[in-house]
Amino acid sequence: MILEVDNLQIHYSTRDGTARAVDGASFVVPEGRIVGLVGESGCGKTTAVRAIMGVLAENGRQAGGRIVFKGQAMDEATTRRLRWRDIAYVPQSAMSSLDPVYTVGSQLIEVLTKRGGFSRTTARARSVELFDLVGLNERRLADYPHQFSGGMRQRAAIAMALALEPSLLLADEPVTALDVIVQRQILDVLRSLQQRLKVSMVLVTHDISVVAYLCDEVVVMYAGQVVESGPVREVLARPRHPYTMGLRNAFPDLLSDALELVPIGGSPPDLREPLSGCRFVPRCPFAQPACSLDAAMSGDGVHQSACRRDGEADTLRTAALDPRTWQRSSSFAMS
Amino acid sequence: MAERAEPAPARTGWPLLPVLRRMAAMPLKDPFAFAGVLIYLLFALVALFAAELAPLDPMEILFTKAGKLAANVPPGAEFPLGTTNLGRDIYAQLIYGTRSALAVGLSAAIIVATVGTIVGLVAGYFGGTTDAVLMRIADMALSLPFLPFVIVLTGFLGASTSNIVLAVALLLWPNSARVIRSQVLTLRERAYVEAARVTGASAWRILFVHIAPNILPLSFVYAAIAIGWAIITEASVSFLGFGDSGSVSWGMMLQDAFASQALSRGQYAWFVPPGICIVLVVVAGFFISRGYEEVFMPRLRGR
Amino acid sequence: MAALVELRDVVKHFPVTRSLGEIARGAHPAVRALDGVTFDVGDGDAVAIVGESGCGKTTLGRLMLKLVEPTGGAINFGGAPMAGLTGERLRDFRRQAQLVFQNPFDALNPRFTIYRAVVEPLINAGIDKAEHADRVEGAFRRVHLADFDRYFDRYPHQLSGGQLQRVVMARALVLGPRFLVADEPVSMLDVSVRAGILALLREVRETMGLTAVYISHDLALVRYLCERTLVMYLGRVVEDAATEEIVRRPRHPYTRALVAAVPVPDPDQSRQPLPIKGNVPDAREPPSGCSFRDRCPHAMPRCAAETPLLRPTADGRRVACHLD
Repeated sequence: MILEVDNLQIHYSTRDGTARAVDGASFVVPEGRIVGLVGESGCGKTTAVRAIMGVLAENGRQAGGRIVFKGQAMDEATTRRLRWRDIAYVPQSAMSSLDPVYTVGSQLIEVLTKRGGFSRTTARARSVELFDLVGLNERRLADYPHQFSGGMRQRAAIAMALALEPSLLLADEPVTALDVIVQRQILDVLRSLQQRLKVSMVLVTHDISVVAYLCDEVVVMYAGQVVESGPVREVLARPRHPYTMGLRNAFPDLLSDALELVPIGGSPPDLREPLSGCRFVPRCPFAQPACSLDAAMSGDGVHQSACRRDGEADTLRTAALDPRTWQRSSSFAMS
Repeated sequence: MAERAEPAPARTGWPLLPVLRRMAAMPLKDPFAFAGVLIYLLFALVALFAAELAPLDPMEILFTKAGKLAANVPPGAEFPLGTTNLGRDIYAQLIYGTRSALAVGLSAAIIVATVGTIVGLVAGYFGGTTDAVLMRIADMALSLPFLPFVIVLTGFLGASTSNIVLAVALLLWPNSARVIRSQVLTLRERAYVEAARVTGASAWRILFVHIAPNILPLSFVYAAIAIGWAIITEASVSFLGFGDSGSVSWGMMLQDAFASQALSRGQYAWFVPPGICIVLVVVAGFFISRGYEEVFMPRLRGR
Repeated sequence: MAALVELRDVVKHFPVTRSLGEIARGAHPAVRALDGVTFDVGDGDAVAIVGESGCGKTTLGRLMLKLVEPTGGAINFGGAPMAGLTGERLRDFRRQAQLVFQNPFDALNPRFTIYRAVVEPLINAGIDKAEHADRVEGAFRRVHLADFDRYFDRYPHQLSGGQLQRVVMARALVLGPRFLVADEPVSMLDVSVRAGILALLREVRETMGLTAVYISHDLALVRYLCERTLVMYLGRVVEDAATEEIVRRPRHPYTRALVAAVPVPDPDQSRQPLPIKGNVPDAREPPSGCSFRDRCPHAMPRCAAETPLLRPTADGRRVACHLD
């Protein structure tokens, strides 16, 4: 395992109290694999990744849990040293994070020389290689960011992240803002990078279709916690947690015959309130009184689910395919 | 079926009222702005009760009991700040000067805010030729040198306080107009403005119901700035001798003190108090405008 | 069935600031957002307009609602040209044609209460005040905002995205329109919420007999909304067919690439390289002839010389391609 996140807790102090953005999340990233971190807004996936990279906002702090990278527990100091060198991060706004007054090539060279300690000549050669890796023409090194299209800027951001040959790449919604054809091209770039460089990746996204296309493993987050994790095939074909089941129903599938999308009624809880037990209870059609006690992850090793009724997963899954099951939870505050 | 009460007035109200309420409440949140408001309040009270606070006429030439001119009398029990070289009570002048200062400041502020806001709204929303014409006029006003213009205008129209206010307003409105205009340009593209168009709102309705409330804090910012500018300009113009000789103002006091070489006589009580008052009022205006700037563009308050 | 909305060769150019050289040459560079669009929307139909950013779909939506004026061509609504609409007839049009916005967080004035926001169209249309409360309530009921009494005095920032979008729809429906344009109505909402809004759009259309145009970049979503889809590329319609046909048997090379590019929740989906090259060209200078030819795997010399027209094919669709 190149990365182990164990019972991570990240708190943000806000005007209205402490928001527990990540409240006991645990997952692992096997070496050389692409892990998809999937969930809706507010589930904590971006926060978790920023915590791993050590770039939390000023009012955020790690209130508990451990992050273990290559067997070494990470704290402030180690994170800073490893940042960019061994762990690289492509943030959500990477496309607009390129400095508009410098050419893309010079920004790449700066990373290589300042942080990588390469000589300018080596750096220049390396930039050409990096552009080639992400599928950009080397002549574009002399261009400015505004001369790049959205997809090209994203590739450039990925190239910069890979400049120092990190072992782990964290990408936050790398294709969300892109058109679908460009999106596919970027996903293909990421896959080829994984194959050529053997980089491990964590891909944060809200789109399970993207996860299905690119990722090997998937971690599903809800309200600051991990609710299900496992190999992509397993989790998508045989989800064990009601939220994943619901999510599956709510995602359109271009090729399926079903012409029905089933919403999950209600909305995610306010993370400033103290919460106990399973967070999904108000929206879960299978909730039982016992679910308000804490639900720990259980499962057969690789495929885990944080549902107390994990043993009945097969029955629940069948019921979840019926749209009427989900109408019961719609009686809660409509959303 | 539950009874349907009449919808409360707030439901169909103009959003302006909550905005105005928020702006009135602003000083309560910002200590500097609060200090500014206190200073203004203080001066306003002084201006209001000037007659009670300063029993002597500021322009009256006073004589000692012995019959001699009470000139340059040092500060004492009878004259708290002493007298001028012409025998006038400095304290009374200071107190009555407040009226002139506030009158100048407030009228300039009102004119600048009104003209600037209206021009900004119209130019920004309607664009095209209207915008071009208004902005070129604004450019011309901006290119005029401040003090010389005021002096020239008062030279032509007469050296009265109202002409000074007019001159200041003519020069200051473009600043607020330009900034408000660019804000309107942004707001014009917002989805809810588009929504208003789709649901059939007329342009004027959109301007006053949707756009104006959002730029009102800006108007207040520039109004507060204008107060300070106007007072300083009036003081400068008076100091240079082009002011209204009939009325008493702090600037006039400074001019008098300078002309009669009060500094060389060490007559600090003559020119230091009006100087301090000018500074206080201008700084108060600045604090208040800064407070409104926060209302308009709240900075993220981290921990 | 008579067409409610008719577009004939609609063109929309946005002028671009000219350089001195261009002024000297007398050149008028412009972004050709729409470059000759022709289609009908039948009364009661639901049509999707699909394409990537820059294809002109948003501009088309705005044109159909008279929020921008076309540079060329004609648009008719209910048989009457939109060009001449002013005054009372324009107000009448505004009562009949409404818009559902992409960003629910921005579509409502943050300073208005929810009630005030939904009542605004009634005020603008001059509806008698006595009717306001009932009409607003009716609109809220239609969008299934339970306990709407709770929402009336709240402000937008207090509601979730899904609730806001329902309020936006209530506002659009309160005047009882005939025609609804929905511009990316769910793209800014969470996934678990989208399905509810899509179902609502469908339901409302049926119960009110609306004619609807859905603008979206998401081909996977429009399948759930409507039977007919138009695919746009660089300001032109390249294919116009039943949605299922577009998805299962795309004809135009661009449509083929688009369909192939959409990921699905199936880990065993195809990862074949897409049948398309390069990037979207500059909208100011699209390629001559067929604007897609520099990316098309089947480009022929004819494609550069002659712009393909949108022509009906044997199977009842229209395609703009020389291959057909």
